[in-house]
Amino acid sequence: MELIRQLFTDYTLQMVAMGSATLGIVSGGLGTYAVLRGQSLLGDAISHAALPGIAVAFLLTGSKAPLVLMAGAAAAGWLATLLIMSVTETTRIKYDSMLGLMLSVFFGVGLVLLTFIQHRSGAGQAGLDTFLFGQAAALVERDVVTMAVLGGGALVLMALFWKELKVLSFDPEFGRTMGMHMRAVDILLTTLLVVAIVIGLQTVGVVLMSAMIIAPAAAGRQWTDGLGKMVALSAAFGAAAGVSGALISSTTAGLPTGPTIVLCMGVIVIVSIFFAPNRGLVWARVRARRSAGRFHREAVLMDLHELGMQHGDPFHPHEAGALEVMSVRKGSAVKILERLREAGFVRQLDATRWALTSSGVEKARALKEKRT
Amino acid sequence: MTPDQIDIQLIAAVVAAACALPGSFLVLRKMAMMSDAISHAILPGIVIGFFLTNDLNSPLLIVAAAATGVLTVFLVELLMSTRLVKEDAAIGIVFPVLFSVGVILIARFAGDVHLDTDAVLLGELAFAPFDRLVVMGTDLGPRSLFVMGGVGVLNALFIALFYKELKVATFDAGLAAALGFAPAAIHYGLMTLVSVTAVAAFDAVGSILVVALMIGPPAAAYLLTDRLERMILISVALGLAAAISGFWVAHFLDASIAGAMAGMVGVEFGVVYLLAPRHGILAGVRRRLNQKWEFAEKLLAIHLFQHERLPEARTENRVDHLEEHLNWPPDFALRVVRRAEEDGLIRGEDGFLELTERGRDLATEAIVQT
Repeated sequence: MELIRQLFTDYTLQMVAMGSATLGIVSGGLGTYAVLRGQSLLGDAISHAALPGIAVAFLLTGSKAPLVLMAGAAAAGWLATLLIMSVTETTRIKYDSMLGLMLSVFFGVGLVLLTFIQHRSGAGQAGLDTFLFGQAAALVERDVVTMAVLGGGALVLMALFWKELKVLSFDPEFGRTMGMHMRAVDILLTTLLVVAIVIGLQTVGVVLMSAMIIAPAAAGRQWTDGLGKMVALSAAFGAAAGVSGALISSTTAGLPTGPTIVLCMGVIVIVSIFFAPNRGLVWARVRARRSAGRFHREAVLMDLHELGMQHGDPFHPHEAGALEVMSVRKGSAVKILERLREAGFVRQLDATRWALTSSGVEKARALKEKRT
Repeated sequence: MTPDQIDIQLIAAVVAAACALPGSFLVLRKMAMMSDAISHAILPGIVIGFFLTNDLNSPLLIVAAAATGVLTVFLVELLMSTRLVKEDAAIGIVFPVLFSVGVILIARFAGDVHLDTDAVLLGELAFAPFDRLVVMGTDLGPRSLFVMGGVGVLNALFIALFYKELKVATFDAGLAAALGFAPAAIHYGLMTLVSVTAVAAFDAVGSILVVALMIGPPAAAYLLTDRLERMILISVALGLAAAISGFWVAHFLDASIAGAMAGMVGVEFGVVYLLAPRHGILAGVRRRLNQKWEFAEKLLAIHLFQHERLPEARTENRVDHLEEHLNWPPDFALRVVRRAEEDGLIRGEDGFLELTERGRDLATEAIVQT
C-alpha cells in the first residue's frame, strides 16, 4: 500500500517508473521484430556502438543535452548496423563475427574519445557512467517527455508500415516479388530499433539494453502465434518489468534500477517458458502425458480386439496379464482397463478377465480402420 | 621508452595473442557472440570470487569466474533445448541477467571495497605494471604478464594437443561425432578456454574489449587465408600489431589503451576488408571488371568467327559495325578491340578485323562450351 501511495506522490519514483514503462513499451514492441528475424543480438551491437556517437556529439557541440547525445548515439548505432549489413553481404564474414567486431571496435573507439575528452577537460567520469549502466534514478520530466515523444513516434511509424514490416519479418522474398522495397523497409526497421535503444541507454545502460529488446519479445512469443498480439504482449511485458523493477529498486537500498528491471524481465521470461499455454513446458508435459495415456488406452483396446478375433469372437474375454505382454508396460494394464471401463468400452467379468463391450468393438474397429 | 611502457606493451601483446588463439575457432564456429556473452556474464563469478578471496589476482577468483562462464554456455544451451527460444535470443537473455546479478552484488555488498563495475567493463592497462609478482623478495615483473602468459600457454597447449579434434569438430561436426571425437566435450573445452581467457584479461582490457581481441584479428585473418593453421598464426600476428600500435595511439592521444587497441583492431579489419587479395572488396571489384572485359573480348571473337570466310565478312567484321550488331557504344567497341589486339586475339587493318589463331581457338572453345 505504502508503495502505491508513493507512486502517486513521490515525483522521482513517478518519473523513474514512467520512464522505465515507456522504455519497456517501445523496446518490447520493436524488439519483437528483431527476435522474429533472428537479429536478437543486433540490439546489443547497436547499444555498444552508440558510445562513440555520444562522444562525437559532445565534441562537436560541447553540449550535454540528452537530445544532442541521443542524435549522436543514433547516428553511430545506425552506421554500425549499416557496416554489419554491407560486410556480411559482400564477404564471407559471418553475421555473428561482424556483430562482435563492430560492437567491440565501436565501443573501443568510444572509450578512446571519452577518455580523450576527460583528460583534456579534466572533467570527472560522470557522463560516462550514465551511459554504461544507465541512471534511471536521475530521470527528470524532460527526459521522460523526450523518451515518450521519440518512442511514440517510432511506434506510430511501426503501425503505419505494419504490413511492410510483417512481410519483412516473415517472407522478404515474397515482398520483393510484390514490388516492395525490402531494403528500404529493412533500413526503416533498423532505424526504429536504433531509436528504441537510444532512448533506453540513459535508463538501463549499454550492456543491459540488449535484454530490454530481446527478453520481452522472447516471453511474448510463448503466449501467441499472432504478430499483433505478440507486439502488444511484448510491450506490456516490457512495461511491467520496467515499472516493477523501478518500484523494487526504489524501496530497497543498494538495488540499481537497470539491473533490477532486467532481473524482473528474466522472471517474466522464465514464467512464460514454463506456464504459457500451448508452448509452455508445463503444458507440453501435460499434453505429452495425455497423449501417452490415450495411446495406451487405444493400444489395449485394439489388443483386446485382436486377441478376441483369434478366437473368432471379438467379445471373447482375456486376462489382464495377457495384455501386458503385448503393448503396455507390466503392471499398468488393470489401470488402463479401468479407465476404458469408465468410458464404457470394456467390462470386467471376474477378478482377472476383461471383455470388450459392443461400443468397445466399434471403437476398436474404427481405430484399426484409421491406422491402416 | 620507460620500463613501465615496455611492461604495458608486453602485457598488451600477450593478452592479444592469448585472445586470438581461441578466437579463431569462435569465428569459424559462428560463436563469436558467445565471447561477448561470456565476458559479461563472468561478472558475478568475479564478484563472488572476490568476496571469497578478497584478492583480485587470486587463482580461486579466476576459477570461480571461469566456472560462471561455463555456466553461461550451459544456461544458453538449456534455454535453447526447450526449442522455445532461438540461440541468439537465448544468449541475449542469459548474459544481461547474469551481468545484472553481478552489478547488484557489487552495489549491495561491495560498496567500500576496491571493485567497481567500471574496472571490470573497461579495464585499465596503465595500472597493470604497478602490481608486481614478487617471489622470495625478487621482483619478477608485472603479475598480469605472468597470469596472461600462463593463460596464453594453456590456450596454445590445448589447441596443439586437440588440433585435429578441434579442426574436424569445427568444419564437420557430424564427422567428428561419427569418429568418436565427442563434439560436446570439445565445445565445452573451448568454452572453458574462452572463459579463462576472458577472466584473466578483464582487468587489463575490460570485458567488452576482450571481444575485440578475440573476434577482430581472426575475422580479418579469415579474409586472408583458407588454411586453419595460417589463420591462427595471422590472427596472432594481427593481434600483436593491434596491441603495440594501440598502445602508441593511446599514448599520443592520452586516452584509454584498451580502447585504442580495439580501435586498431577495427582499422586492421577495415584495411583487410578493402585490400585482401582474394576476399577483399577491391579484389572483388577488379574481378568483376575483368570479367566484363573478358566476356566482351570473347563475344567479339565469336562474332568474328561466325562471319569469317563468308561473303559478308568484309562488311560485318568491321569496328564500326560492332555498334549495330553487338549493340556496343562506339568507344566501348574501340576499347574492346584494343584490348583484344593487345591480348593477341585479333588483328585490325583499316577498321577491318581478323581473328588470329589464338582468337579462333578462343571462339571455338567458347562456342563448344555453350
